Amino acid sequence: MPLVKSGAVTADPFVPTADDAPLPQGPALISADRLLREGEAPAGRNGALGVVWPNARDVAELAPLLSRLSLIALVFPKFRDGRAFSQARLLRERYGFTGELRATGNVLRDQVLMMARAGFDAFEVEKPADAEAFAAALGSYSVFYQPTGDGRPTAAAIRRAARG
Amino acid sequence: MYVYDEFDRTFLKERVAEFRDQVARRLSGALNEEEFKPLRLMNGVYLQLHAYMLRVCIPYGTLSAPQLRALARVARRYDRGYGHFTTRQNIQFNWIKLAELPDAMAELAEVGIHGIQTSGNCIRNTTTDAWAGAAPDEIEDPRLYAEIIRQWSTLHPEFTYLPRKFKIAITAATHDRAAIRVHDVGLRLHKRDGAIGFEVLVGGGLGRTPYIGKTIREFLPKEDLLSYLEAILRTYNLGGRRDNIYKARIKIQVHEMGAEAFAEKVEAEWRALKDGALRLDDAAFADIASRFAVPDFETLPDRPAGLTGALADPAFARWHANAVAPHKVPGHAIVTLSLKPVGAPPGDCTADQMDAIADLAERYGYGEIRVAHEQNLTFPHVRQKDLPALWKALDAIGVATPNVGLVTDIIACPGLDYCSLANTRSIPIAQRLSERFADHAKAAEIGRLHVNISGCINACGHHHVGHIGILGVEKKDEEFFQITLGGKANSKARIGELIGPAIPESEIADAVERLIETYLALRTSPQETFIAAVDRLGVEPFKERAYAPR
Repeated sequence: MPLVKSGAVTADPFVPTADDAPLPQGPALISADRLLREGEAPAGRNGALGVVWPNARDVAELAPLLSRLSLIALVFPKFRDGRAFSQARLLRERYGFTGELRATGNVLRDQVLMMARAGFDAFEVEKPADAEAFAAALGSYSVFYQPTGDGRPTAAAIRRAARG
Repeated sequence: MYVYDEFDRTFLKERVAEFRDQVARRLSGALNEEEFKPLRLMNGVYLQLHAYMLRVCIPYGTLSAPQLRALARVARRYDRGYGHFTTRQNIQFNWIKLAELPDAMAELAEVGIHGIQTSGNCIRNTTTDAWAGAAPDEIEDPRLYAEIIRQWSTLHPEFTYLPRKFKIAITAATHDRAAIRVHDVGLRLHKRDGAIGFEVLVGGGLGRTPYIGKTIREFLPKEDLLSYLEAILRTYNLGGRRDNIYKARIKIQVHEMGAEAFAEKVEAEWRALKDGALRLDDAAFADIASRFAVPDFETLPDRPAGLTGALADPAFARWHANAVAPHKVPGHAIVTLSLKPVGAPPGDCTADQMDAIADLAERYGYGEIRVAHEQNLTFPHVRQKDLPALWKALDAIGVATPNVGLVTDIIACPGLDYCSLANTRSIPIAQRLSERFADHAKAAEIGRLHVNISGCINACGHHHVGHIGILGVEKKDEEFFQITLGGKANSKARIGELIGPAIPESEIADAVERLIETYLALRTSPQETFIAAVDRLGVEPFKERAYAPR
């Protein structure tokens, strides 16, 4: 599945690593269980670390470990299961996570703008055609009604600024 | 009326363009039906029994005359010349072709209306009092807050893929005409020490597991409205059940956690949010308020001579007694247009009627029309001196049936005539009952009585809160109907009580008539309404007589 970051398809440096497999030297993507079991420094290595965090698990558990993580992959098991939208906002806006926040699972172009607004900055897109249409999808709206942590100004804020 | 600005208009154009692309991808096969479904639903497009259905959003039920004319054009051009007003203050078109939907939407967008979030597992159209801005008993116009919620909830990036649909209702009056206690979130505007705020209720709802909402906060300052809603929605989005569609509404989460534990979770979340970007300051309220055009009311006397003279006509007097309500401005009145003519489906309105109603609203009603959740239309602002002329004009187009609030002012879901979920046909029951009680003098003698009919357990006809509720159930491929008694949707909201076994369609009108005869026999005086008699007597005396001797 193509990984889209900063508007372009890119190679994924993170190697998905099973719970009982030794960690690779380079960037590794591990499960939530393994992260919580091995804590601060899985197997005493320095390579970049990423975690796949299930959408039914409270992200508050992740808060103490954020400085150790370069990537958090949140999961959309079905297009219509939107729990990871809330998890993403909490990680960005409450816990201040600044690393890569990746949307995985049933990720379609029709949601990427909402995902970006919730704080995702990397997208494992299910359909190759959607990866190509990615920039258009991100630009499909220019008006936003509610503030999130993404920095896009809301219609209300622009209206008020215009009035001075 | 809230007046759209360039942001709102640009947003709608972008939405139509997005949906046009999605329809094209569906038609080409790039999107499968499972993927397309949540996208079309979020634009109000259902796949029903016979065709696609478009549900158009009428924010808090307020329409301008040009908007109503646009609905008439869509009814004529893309549908079969009529539309159906719903209990969520919306309108549905039942016969639209998928390929033509984007064009129909583009036409509606020209006048600032759309189908966004009229379906799907998102925050739906926020509903309020159809008499907002006109009712003498309101503290403040609730549409200001409904509009603030509309903007906040429109394409909310976090809350568009919720476990299930989510409905918010607001009342700002002493009498709750918005049924807030049977909504996912109900907001009751009130004052404390001179400040405006809200009582917040959660977890009300009808459907197969009806609950009355629980108060989780007595007083929420108005500036915290959005942060508190965000806290509720986040608690629900993260914790609501997704394993079973029938247990996915917030009412089940509240019930399973307990209202207190749920409230604690919301409060904890809210403490982290309340001083953030969602806090509403005076400028935010002033900005929204400035875009509500308030009618320039004339200074007029109450009960002018022309009106008192016309009341000598018994036909006008009968209509006036139930269709006209007091207004907060002297010399004015609120007028309800009955979409419940004898023998016709409740809530239907033809394109010709819509055009005529738009003209009349401009001539007599400051250009404003409301959709009431009882599936009627309302002119919120009418000069009392114009009432006789307005009545004649409304009567000429068939929307002055003198039955508002009476036994034939029936709420009914579309039922098996249209809906793919229904088990039974609810419209024919409504038609049969309205024919049975077609004598308006008799209906007036019976007095205030709400009959609500749902064609299946999903309860779109709100049968649980009808004074008399009728629920269709299928038994061995035959349509049967259960009767409940004593339901209420107002500030004393209560779920109706089932009075006995389901009966076949052919016996429903007789059973309802026996219930009404029982009431007429047992009431202490004509001032004691049907529901007051049920309150006093309980359902037993009605139960005994409802069923024909077998």
